[in-house]
Amino acid sequence: MAEQQQLTAGANRGGRRITIDPITRLEGHGKIEVFLDESGEVERAYFQIPELRGFEKFVQGRPVEEMPQITSRICGVCPTAHHMAATKAIDNVYKLEPPLAAKIIRELIYSTFVVEDHALHFYFLGGPDFVVGPDAPPAERNVLGVIAKVGLETGKKVIAMRSRLRDLMALVGGKAAHPVFGLPGGVAKRFTPEMRKKFQEVAAEAVEFAQFTLRIFEDVVLKNDDYVNLILSDAYTHRTYYMGMVDAHNRLNFYDGMLRVVAPDGREFEKFAPSRYLENIAEHVEPWTYVKFCYLKTVGWKGFKEGMESGVYSVAPLARLNVSDGMATPFAQHAYEQFFSTVGPKPVHHTLANHWARVVELLYAAERMRELADEPALTDEDVRVLPSEKPKEGVGVVEAPRGTLIHHYQTDEDGLVAKANLIVATQNNAARIAMSVEKAAKALIHGDDVPESVLNRVEMAFRAYDPCNGCATHALPGSMPLVIRVQKQDGSTAAVLRRDFYGNVLRE
Amino acid sequence: MSQKPKVAFYWCASCGGCEEAVVDLDEAILEVTAAVDVVFWPVALDFKRKDVEAMPERSIAITFLNGAVRTSEQLEMTHLLRRKSQLLVAVGSCAQLGGIPGLANMFDRESILEEVYLLSTATANPERQLPEVRSRENGHTLELPVFFQRVRALNQVVEVDYFIPGCPPTPKMFRTAFETLMGKQRPKKGTVLAPDCALCDECPRKDTKPADLTITRFTRPQQMLVDDQKCLLAQGLLCMGPATRAGCEALCVRGNMVCTGCCGPTSRVRDQGAKILSALSILVQSKEEPEIRSMQASIPDPVGSFYRYSLASSLLRRKRFAGAAKTR
Repeated sequence: MAEQQQLTAGANRGGRRITIDPITRLEGHGKIEVFLDESGEVERAYFQIPELRGFEKFVQGRPVEEMPQITSRICGVCPTAHHMAATKAIDNVYKLEPPLAAKIIRELIYSTFVVEDHALHFYFLGGPDFVVGPDAPPAERNVLGVIAKVGLETGKKVIAMRSRLRDLMALVGGKAAHPVFGLPGGVAKRFTPEMRKKFQEVAAEAVEFAQFTLRIFEDVVLKNDDYVNLILSDAYTHRTYYMGMVDAHNRLNFYDGMLRVVAPDGREFEKFAPSRYLENIAEHVEPWTYVKFCYLKTVGWKGFKEGMESGVYSVAPLARLNVSDGMATPFAQHAYEQFFSTVGPKPVHHTLANHWARVVELLYAAERMRELADEPALTDEDVRVLPSEKPKEGVGVVEAPRGTLIHHYQTDEDGLVAKANLIVATQNNAARIAMSVEKAAKALIHGDDVPESVLNRVEMAFRAYDPCNGCATHALPGSMPLVIRVQKQDGSTAAVLRRDFYGNVLRE
Repeated sequence: MSQKPKVAFYWCASCGGCEEAVVDLDEAILEVTAAVDVVFWPVALDFKRKDVEAMPERSIAITFLNGAVRTSEQLEMTHLLRRKSQLLVAVGSCAQLGGIPGLANMFDRESILEEVYLLSTATANPERQLPEVRSRENGHTLELPVFFQRVRALNQVVEVDYFIPGCPPTPKMFRTAFETLMGKQRPKKGTVLAPDCALCDECPRKDTKPADLTITRFTRPQQMLVDDQKCLLAQGLLCMGPATRAGCEALCVRGNMVCTGCCGPTSRVRDQGAKILSALSILVQSKEEPEIRSMQASIPDPVGSFYRYSLASSLLRRKRFAGAAKTR
């Protein structure tokens, strides 16, 4: 980059710099840098992700059947999503079709996980901004503040619900945090009638709990004009493409289906099988963050811009409701209709509406749990098929709570991973998140003296997406480049030396 | 002014699972928050780094730190929290042993960078742009942490008072450890707060483990149907139970899958991978080389199996890289 040749330590054009470090109430690490010009207006704001671990590289050489448990360590908040995408990918690596019972078990545990994870975000992560209030003191703006606001009894009810959901996940997967059920061609354990009964009981509670959560949202957010105006405000609005997984009737499905993309004007732009993701999705690199930014390949990378001409798109609850023609279960369908009649028409571009869409999805996942727990084939003995083909290559895609998740492995003949490509949920949102943070900063920050509550409202711009930055930066970047500028006594440059990542020193 | 002890939680190269373990305390978390003042916990609370920097030295009673040390920011935060805390507790496999991210020590930084930003299938990067520690955008300087050449466990960079093992520790393990630390009788510094025996001792299938167990070869789990009652090692699956510390109540085995070693070794073992190697060699019946080689060949990934969580802190630490010596 041309500008890097004028690197000057620390100095910035114009006036002040405000740093929010670390960002909070999300999974993962991040900081926001806001640069003000001389008049105190925001010139630029950057949402930087400073973390990475390198999964795509260090899984090379690992047996592919270990991928569900290794890749689940990308994220301890959504391990089941990685575990499931990996399990589906290894089905395809061995060209296996799991028995019906295995597929039902997988979708059942997956629906259970979505209920739990979406509830976690609403009550622990994003919800405090609304329930306690965006301007509340930092010490109260958290789950404990939520409990203080809704009352201890309600608080305990939320905690208890989550606990029962986690117990169910452990029943199937050994443990909820980093479950172990996934194998090529099936799952590790069959379902007993006792397990079915437990799932049926908790699923019924989960549906009630989801409706209860929707009512809290209605009472606390929708009946508060200030919040509604915040949701509809331009500061938190971007007109981008949207992507999500749908079934044969174009209704959201978290576990399986086709990927559907809808344009900013609402028309279907593309619909493709997950195995063809490479024809549609590409990743862009920027020097100021470790996350890679996804964009629509056929539209192209035009920078951090919205609109029909820019390949920037969004995933996760708002996007999924936008790309679906409806919801596959009755209560959720009703909630979906209410959603669009209030903040619509489709597609809805208001980022903060993600919080509402998330609760609609929570309701769908709970109803789906109930349906699957009643499936006769759930307790069939056959939950595995053994491979007969040599392993080669496979793609596995699910809708993680935070967006479309793609695992793609190539193996050698012995089934050891030769290459892995992971496109992880929040990466699909990374460009739009960066845009949302900058737009909110520009709209809300004026002048040097910025109250802490305003900084929180800038953070709310990313929190709506429920980002998972550990997920987004599973990847690993590089070494420390070094630039030495040799200055003469008169201040002019005598030489510029640059060390690249191979250790070569170049003189410019 | 609260007299309650101050407690902090932080995460380095982490997945967040150890944070979930705390949330999984369920109602007990209300007892915890009643007993202590949580002054820093980025996943759940809005306190910032500058709030920690402003705290007096050793004013935090206990900091629970999870995640391995992979970047300069994590190293800085580790040192910062060490200075501000009386006790520093390493939570989880990554902090204790380097964890699964420690498998990156099989590769050098340059080849990893190349894979992710230049070679990865979906990446469109004709300018060969890489993330930079310092970059210039529109006249502004932006910074990212340095990505170190290797992963380190917490006690390889700072003094650690106690360890809570597991990936993640179960809520029960965390709660028991927390109560121990808050109690009057703390164990000796450096103690791993979990039972000090092998997993086989608390495994629900231990009665089915033959006393005279012998192995001719291992089978990969997709190649066989797994009996959900019998000892997994006896069935020919590569179970790390014999070389792994107990405490988790063998949850993976209850899921009908092998133990992969996340709680690390017992206190009598310096290197978990070496321990499982010696445990398995005792089980190999044959003394004939072709049969021994056949048994070895049935283990496709020794490092990933024996050192999945502990490579960074093992005697091996990392792969030796060809070419010029690469330090930090």
